[in-house]
Amino acid sequence: MLAFTLRRALQAVGVMIAVGIISFVMFRFAGDPVNQLVSIDTSAAQRAEIRKSLGLDDPVLVQFARYFADAAQFKFGVSYQFRQPVAQLLKERMPATLELASVATVLAMTFGIMIGVYTALRRNSWLAGVLQAISLIGISLPTFLIGILLIYLFAVVLGWLPSFGRGDVVRIGWWTTGLLTVSGLKALIMPSITLGLFQMTLIMRLVRAEMLEVLRTDYIRFARARGLTTRAIHFGHALKNTLVPVITVAGLQFGSVIAFAIITETVFQWPGMGLLFVQAVQSVDIPIMAAYLLVVSLIFVTINLVVDILYTIVDPRLHHTISRGA
Amino acid sequence: MTDAFVPNAVDKEPLAGSWSDRVSARVAANDVFYAFRTSPLAIVAAAVVLTFFLLALFASQLAVQNPFDPAQLELINSRIAPLWTADGQRPFLLGTDEQGRDLLSAILYGLRVSLLVGVLGVGFAATLGIVLGLIAGYVGGWIDSLIMRIADVQLTFPAILIALLIDGVVKSALGNKLDERTMLAVLVFAIGLSFWVQYARTVRGSVMVEKTKDYVAAAQLIGLPAHKIMLRHVLPNAMGPVLVIATINLALAIITEATLSFLGSGMPDTMPSLGTLIRIGNNYLFSGEWWVVAFPGFALAALILSINLLGDWLRDALNPRLR
Repeated sequence: MLAFTLRRALQAVGVMIAVGIISFVMFRFAGDPVNQLVSIDTSAAQRAEIRKSLGLDDPVLVQFARYFADAAQFKFGVSYQFRQPVAQLLKERMPATLELASVATVLAMTFGIMIGVYTALRRNSWLAGVLQAISLIGISLPTFLIGILLIYLFAVVLGWLPSFGRGDVVRIGWWTTGLLTVSGLKALIMPSITLGLFQMTLIMRLVRAEMLEVLRTDYIRFARARGLTTRAIHFGHALKNTLVPVITVAGLQFGSVIAFAIITETVFQWPGMGLLFVQAVQSVDIPIMAAYLLVVSLIFVTINLVVDILYTIVDPRLHHTISRGA
Repeated sequence: MTDAFVPNAVDKEPLAGSWSDRVSARVAANDVFYAFRTSPLAIVAAAVVLTFFLLALFASQLAVQNPFDPAQLELINSRIAPLWTADGQRPFLLGTDEQGRDLLSAILYGLRVSLLVGVLGVGFAATLGIVLGLIAGYVGGWIDSLIMRIADVQLTFPAILIALLIDGVVKSALGNKLDERTMLAVLVFAIGLSFWVQYARTVRGSVMVEKTKDYVAAAQLIGLPAHKIMLRHVLPNAMGPVLVIATINLALAIITEATLSFLGSGMPDTMPSLGTLIRIGNNYLFSGEWWVVAFPGFALAALILSINLLGDWLRDALNPRLR
């Protein structure tokens, strides 16, 4: 078990080093950083000066080492566009993204599991058919279209909800939250539905498939033979065994929720990391792109590591195969 | 059971008839084709997908104007509502946008761009994935570990993020003044590099199974070179799942392209895809010109939904466990 954890952790470090190299190559070689900082009428001497002050004349390996050392301390350089430290920008934007992603995940889990169980238990009812069809449409509609549709309905036609921004936020230390104000909560409704819908359909389909699989197993048949109530069989035995893979998938998906937040944040002009990243891509603000890649990778890799380890703790069968050296 | 031992049982099959009759009989008896004929949903989905492809193919013949030729646009025609509303005008069936561009024509041309990027992107991804999967599965060893490790790392990141990054990096490396064709090529490249993993894994899996079979040993014994064995003998047996992935991936690739264009880093306004049209139309949402965004959005959703339905159906039809 310890060996497994260590190997996983080493792999995670390996991934981060690979991402670090990609991020450095982007940072250093995609476009000329000096050109982004100066105007057209800057003289060649001034350009050389800036080049030198940024350390761009040093050997590549030295620059790489410096980049790594800085990145490990969350120093990502200065944004070309905002002329501010990238770390500062990311720190300001991170609460908005994490809050949106968490609310979306909670929504997706709650409704996904509920609808999934229903469609599995009443698989031949008309409502289950309708829900299945809606889930296919939910997967087929691109995120930004759902967002636009919601904005048109609830902001333009009905005027109930704000179409952009976070509303009023409360500052707790360096963290800002919109969960404590009415306008913040109102602003959160449409973005979190937009972001969570895809995950919800995914979870719903997974729960349905797993549930149908579990209901066919022998121990469910045995439970029926023992004369347990349907309720106890469905929720005590079947659902409990369904939830392990569901929670794993939902956990692993949290990373993609953060990545998909890029789209949702653009549609709703939500002031998070994703919007910052999109603006950076458009204006070729490489320090922000590189830093975003590093930070998001760190979140991904950490989640994957934790889920992997938790999974082996929760499911003893896996533990067995691992200790046998799989 | 007894029928199998009667020597004449074979004669019950219609031996008479031309070769083409027998081929069509075989096609008709084919499980997949039978499943297709008996599934109304699959037929409708296939018809819709086919219609979209035809519309895209004949866009320049069907459209009332070339929406990208500034000489054909009249500002006097700007912001006309769809034909069936009170303010509608001929020949603008779905209305016009800010620049007096006929929306239906723009959608037809945009559909062409979306499908082109989608098909080329999936083609590139599939080729890359198949080649790497074949090599990984057939050669094995450290090459296999290297390819699969890269695949593992890439799989942790959503395709859209990778595509967005590649798109941004390539564009900044090439400079900011790119023409439409280069932008399209960059998009295809980005989509291909984001979607190859699934093909590589699937092909590698099948190759590892096929590799141990006698026909491969026989081919090796008669001294065929490795690339011939891989391409001519192993690959055909690994293609079934690849087709299913390609169908489902076509929808994903079109969504990815549309999303990149919507975010402003895909196709430019001068050669818009459906995603670009939606981004442009989104600006008019608040001034009441809903049709500028609604119709491209509807076209995109219908296209993706029908491809997804077809892909879903194909997966079930080719999966023996579900029969």
